[in-house]
Amino acid sequence: MKHAATSLGALIVFAVLLAAVVAPLVAPHDPFVQDLNQRLVPPEWMDGGSAVHPFGTDQLGRDYLSRLLYGARISMMIGIFTVVTSGLIGITLGVFGGYFGGKIDEVVMFIITCRLSIPLILVALTVVALIGSSLLVVILTLGLLLWERFAVVSRTTTMQVRNLDYIAAAQAAGASRRHILLREVLPNILTPLVVVATLEMALAILLEAALSFLGLGVPPPLPSWGLMIAEGKDYMFFSPWVIMIPGIALFVLVLGINLLGDGLRDLLGAARPT
Amino acid sequence: MSPVLEAGNLRVTFGTSVAAVRGVSLTMNRGETHCLVGESGCGKSVTALAIMGLLSRTAHRSADILRFHDYDLTRLSERGMARLRGDRIAMIFQEPMTSLNPAYTVGSQMAEVFQRHRRVSRATALDRAAELLQRVGITAPGLRLKQYPHQLSGGLRQRVMISMALMCEPELLIADEPTTALDVTVQAQILRLLQNLQRELGLSLLLITHDLGIVARMADRVSVMYAGEIVESAPAGALFAAPTHPYTRGLLRCIPVPRQVRRDEPLGSIPGVVPRIAPDFVGCSFRDRCAQAMPDCARHVPRQRATIDHDYLCRLPTDWTRAEAA
Amino acid sequence: MTCAVEVRDVRRVFRTHAGMLAPERVVRAVDGVSFALPAGHVLGIVGESGCGKSTLARMILGLLPISEGEILVDGRSLAAMDRRERARLIQPVFQDPFSSLNPRQRVRDIVALPLAAQGNISGRQQRDQVMEMLARVGISAEIADRLPAQLSGGQRQRVAIARALVLHPRIVVCDEPTSALDVSVQAQILNLLAELRRDLRLTYLFISHNLAVVEHIATEVAVMYLGRFVERAPVDELFRDPRHPYTRALLSSVLTPEPGNGIPDVGLGETYPDPANIPPGCRFHPRCPVALNRCRTQAPDNIVTHGRLTECLLAEGAQGTR
Repeated sequence: MKHAATSLGALIVFAVLLAAVVAPLVAPHDPFVQDLNQRLVPPEWMDGGSAVHPFGTDQLGRDYLSRLLYGARISMMIGIFTVVTSGLIGITLGVFGGYFGGKIDEVVMFIITCRLSIPLILVALTVVALIGSSLLVVILTLGLLLWERFAVVSRTTTMQVRNLDYIAAAQAAGASRRHILLREVLPNILTPLVVVATLEMALAILLEAALSFLGLGVPPPLPSWGLMIAEGKDYMFFSPWVIMIPGIALFVLVLGINLLGDGLRDLLGAARPT
Repeated sequence: MSPVLEAGNLRVTFGTSVAAVRGVSLTMNRGETHCLVGESGCGKSVTALAIMGLLSRTAHRSADILRFHDYDLTRLSERGMARLRGDRIAMIFQEPMTSLNPAYTVGSQMAEVFQRHRRVSRATALDRAAELLQRVGITAPGLRLKQYPHQLSGGLRQRVMISMALMCEPELLIADEPTTALDVTVQAQILRLLQNLQRELGLSLLLITHDLGIVARMADRVSVMYAGEIVESAPAGALFAAPTHPYTRGLLRCIPVPRQVRRDEPLGSIPGVVPRIAPDFVGCSFRDRCAQAMPDCARHVPRQRATIDHDYLCRLPTDWTRAEAA
Repeated sequence: MTCAVEVRDVRRVFRTHAGMLAPERVVRAVDGVSFALPAGHVLGIVGESGCGKSTLARMILGLLPISEGEILVDGRSLAAMDRRERARLIQPVFQDPFSSLNPRQRVRDIVALPLAAQGNISGRQQRDQVMEMLARVGISAEIADRLPAQLSGGQRQRVAIARALVLHPRIVVCDEPTSALDVSVQAQILNLLAELRRDLRLTYLFISHNLAVVEHIATEVAVMYLGRFVERAPVDELFRDPRHPYTRALLSSVLTPEPGNGIPDVGLGETYPDPANIPPGCRFHPRCPVALNRCRTQAPDNIVTHGRLTECLLAEGAQGTR
């Protein structure tokens, strides 16, 4: 059961990743080309649908399947680059605080506390409103905000690991701090961090969708799933698919990431020697 | 006089791949100290948990006989077993910190045990607790009753555990490595206390340990366990005077004894490691590490008698040790 | 002749706060220890938990800063050495082989670490020296590619010993190297350590709570109590003629496998030592079965006679003895 859920999660994430990579090759239409004669065409399986636009078209007559596939690119880019940025920040802070302790740890704790006192959505909104919205701004904003869980988890696990004798043995062996942090500490705190990474990735994707929905995420005409929902909301009573399709895509991707994260935790936990 | 505890062919398996206890038989009489000795993973702790009915859900227990007085423990319900535990059978563990609840005071935990089994008031229960703390050599029982476990040192905590186990005057006390986490001086104090209490109260004590020094000083009877089996069982005097199983002999040679150390000679040691034993294992489990092993050891091993109350699980004749000495 | 290790009045204080409002707890873990250990000797340090023996070991290894005092290794100040130089001179073997090996690294990489950290040894040389040292401690070549989780406790401790010796240090600090092992394995490891010391002319600092183990391997023994050496003597003399009441209590609490002798009365009472609250006068007096009135107020001198040290007012040679 557990195994099946993990496989399903991995399958979903892999499928979305694949879609993102091969979108230009498989998309039936250009996602940016408007065709005002073909506005709000329903998907193929509904009355009035056609095989030309399998998922229908939006209010500007753009092919919905193509936009969905290109939207996967945006979501995956947001998820991956945000996690890389926030992971770098959070793990560096956490490992330094946990390993060196004392004053350094106090500073790290203070930074974490400051970060926790920042209202995430409001700051993201303000930043994007001030600088203007672009994909890079969204990634950097989220990356600079979503590191606190990395920091907290890597700090506590580093504190546990640093008291183990193999760290003392490495110190006595004359190893450099760099070696100790990168080779002795880091590999042994990775397991929980992988799980944090999946959580943060899902969160980043959802936040981008929320920002885009509010009109402060990636700018139109980029086909972000959140933006697709936002643009479709005026038409949802008569053309519900315009928000259903990106909504389901978002839900399935986030579910897939979370299933994969849960599975990885169990898998890596079991593989870790006691 | 009927025995207090009788186990016959007790077996515990975990899943289909691990046999932790493989046919342990032992009998304990009133007032007797029986030591179960062996190295880590030999199944001694699992044996104790099996007797107490405290095995995890993944374990499977079976036994031809498992009796405590007139109770057939193989048929007793979980509720019936719970009524015996803490009342007529009590157990103390190696690390008292994990078996005491950190959220309650010593007094409330001790009183709770008593009230679970006896219809008495809280005040009576606390009086009894204070009396027992005094009994185990704690000088300020009133103060200790109000303290939390983390406020006590290791030695004090183990004294509290012992007095808690004695609240209901059990007939059988099972102690699993009760002093392993303690310093040597405190260990001696705790063991001396256990020995005195056992004599005064006529307790039967099943003492589980890896330390042959403790065995020698405490035991009336010793059972040496290896890979889930009792490989040798004898009165303490006989076991140390005439160990017969090759494993027992090897183990005794490994211990450095103060003031008898020969620094110019290496200590005796047993090569190799304890094998993993699957349920379908046949033959002697020690044969891979045994200098006396012969091809037949891969087949069934007989349990032989050296004397009327000294038996061992090995093909070798009782007098083989003379050949080894020569 | 320079000593392998010389420790001069070393102290280590830990300050901890239990909470914002709680008073500061000052733990004097090591409270003035001095000794000189000639090369080739084995100093066994015995004492109970909290006596400061592991703190002392970590200071001598350079893993923990010293609050006061000085440690010389091979005649030079430990504080003045860089990490590579220190690693070439002194190496540790720890108690628990389950936590002293990085679970994510293969045996060959674990043992190669001290060589790699030197920074000037080629990969080929490292490999050769690792395999040679593994063979020497009885670890076969195919085990070199395994992870620690795939080894038994005894094998892990052998790997830890190989790592400690691969740089051919002069001094090895063994902190309870056999306490986590089964007796049959403990004997194998003790024999190995004794053999290696002979063959490689090593100096050991051997820390243990097990007096019998110390007697087997040490040439001299120090008994530590609440941060100080209360007695130090050549091994035979200490075991034949223990002079400090604490040493006598320790010795009498060893349970030898002699049936019928019962459990001895060590006579130490119910007080347990607390390094955050060291008693005035003689630090052992609350537990001492022979303490006199003046032991409560007067701290005993460090009395050294005929190469023996005894820190007790009642010891021979002390002021106003009996």
